[in-house]
Amino acid sequence: MHEANAITVIAYRDLLKFLRDPPRLVSTFIFPLIFIGILGGSFQASLGKQVDFNFLAFTFTGILAQTLFQSSAMGLISLIEDRENDFSQEIFVAPISRYSIIIGKIFGESFVSMAQGVGILLFAVVIGIPISLTRFLILLPVCLIVCFFGGAFGVIIMSNLNSQRAANQIFPFIMLPQFFLAGVFSPLNNLPWFLDLLSRISPMRYAVDLIRAVFYSGSPEYNLVVIDSASINFIIIAVLFGLFLVAGTFLFVRREQNR
Amino acid sequence: MPIIEVEELTKRYTNSKTNAVDGISFSVAQGEFFTLLGPNGAGKTTTISILTTTLAPTTGSARIAGYDLVKEAGAVRRNAGIIFQKPSLDLNLTAEENVRFHAVVYGLYPFRPTFSLMPKAYKHQIAELTDILGLKDDIFKPIKTFSGGMKRKLEIIRSLIHQPKVLFLDEPTVGLDPASRRNLWEYIKRVRHESGTTVFLTTHYLDEAEDADTICIISKGKIVAYGSPDTVKARLLEKYLLIDAPDRNKLRTELNQLNIPFNETPLFKISLNGTPTVHQLLKTIDTPLTTVKTHNPSLEDAYLAIVEE
Repeated sequence: MHEANAITVIAYRDLLKFLRDPPRLVSTFIFPLIFIGILGGSFQASLGKQVDFNFLAFTFTGILAQTLFQSSAMGLISLIEDRENDFSQEIFVAPISRYSIIIGKIFGESFVSMAQGVGILLFAVVIGIPISLTRFLILLPVCLIVCFFGGAFGVIIMSNLNSQRAANQIFPFIMLPQFFLAGVFSPLNNLPWFLDLLSRISPMRYAVDLIRAVFYSGSPEYNLVVIDSASINFIIIAVLFGLFLVAGTFLFVRREQNR
Repeated sequence: MPIIEVEELTKRYTNSKTNAVDGISFSVAQGEFFTLLGPNGAGKTTTISILTTTLAPTTGSARIAGYDLVKEAGAVRRNAGIIFQKPSLDLNLTAEENVRFHAVVYGLYPFRPTFSLMPKAYKHQIAELTDILGLKDDIFKPIKTFSGGMKRKLEIIRSLIHQPKVLFLDEPTVGLDPASRRNLWEYIKRVRHESGTTVFLTTHYLDEAEDADTICIISKGKIVAYGSPDTVKARLLEKYLLIDAPDRNKLRTELNQLNIPFNETPLFKISLNGTPTVHQLLKTIDTPLTTVKTHNPSLEDAYLAIVEE
């Protein structure tokens, strides 16, 4: 019970911090809106006629998954800096399992990203992407899964980095290729074998594909845009989540203590 | 049984050629006020990080409240309260939220999202703390509005609510103005008096060590002086007389005859600790002297001399 309370309080603190930071609240929504509105819109205008599906909806689902995945991962990486500067110092000397700390942090950052996710979903409705209320409600827990997954990915990245500066330099190199390898903006058709391989080892691919599998289920476009079924994506995500969490926490603690 | 036992503790950081902490051993008794004194970079924070389980020692061992640092880290954490060098308050939260989160993380109370939903015992404890700090309604205000001294006090109060056996304070007064510093010290004294908690302080201010039961001075990772403030002072404050004469042989013979211990440096150095006054000493010497110098350092001079050796 103690550990569960600790996880809750760590997660709650992250959410509270976010809600009390209005500039961050605003900026959180602007980036994905620009992406979907401008990028998706221009793709639709220039390429939309050559493909058989709605490019705006395609980009929207990609960006939704990518945003959730990336912002949770980045939230976890902030722990590198926090552990020396603020309340996180307190958490690291507390009599709780190191896994509780990391899980609490993943939950917290996931809920923060979810606020963003809901914003993007609402924006999608506004610009006319067809989402029924049922689909909207089903997408919410799926989004949360993607957030948890992104958080765990952040843990494994963070566990190999020393400083926030290193993280800021390396993060784009890890994230940007995944934008394309995961098929955020463009469908993953007919990739040469080496790109196909890289795509298969990009964790973000499964996050994007899971969201699309749920979003497009039952629609005629399903076979054109979705690679694996929702359940296969979910299983891969679950396995990777466990792996990232356990290995990441272990490496992080070892790195911290054996400086 | 001592509450802190440190044996041959050594820490060498990765990629470093020297030991940050170099085989230090000491023990602290229950209820004692222990001060680890030393200049910047002496190894104080490294020592405190190891003792609070955030850093693993390279070799050596330590026990806090009977628990081994490495094997029983959880029990050590439960028995320690820590005030970090850098403030560890969350500035986005209110004072009460900071305290509440600490209490939950330490397993004292279940988590509730608002103050009003928290158990009665907790509310009672908060009321008490508010009284001690003289905060009143400010306890529900964001910490951003608090002064530096106030924040430090809040951290101390927070770290005491899980009733730790040892309170670690890592340079708690750095960055405070003199008035806040004095005020904080009076507060720490009172806390010590009331709770009987063992206090482990690191500082580079000599005057903050005056009230300690034991002072341990470290420099470059090694202990260079250890004991009660009075004994350390006596050791540090070596008073002596330097004399010289044109006929050194004659002076040497005379000092030997008078049974006065001395060192030739090459001036004749005669210790004045506990021995006759300068005046009496000079009266007994017949050899004509050309140089007479007394050395009577301040405590600070002596401290600087010892850490710069």
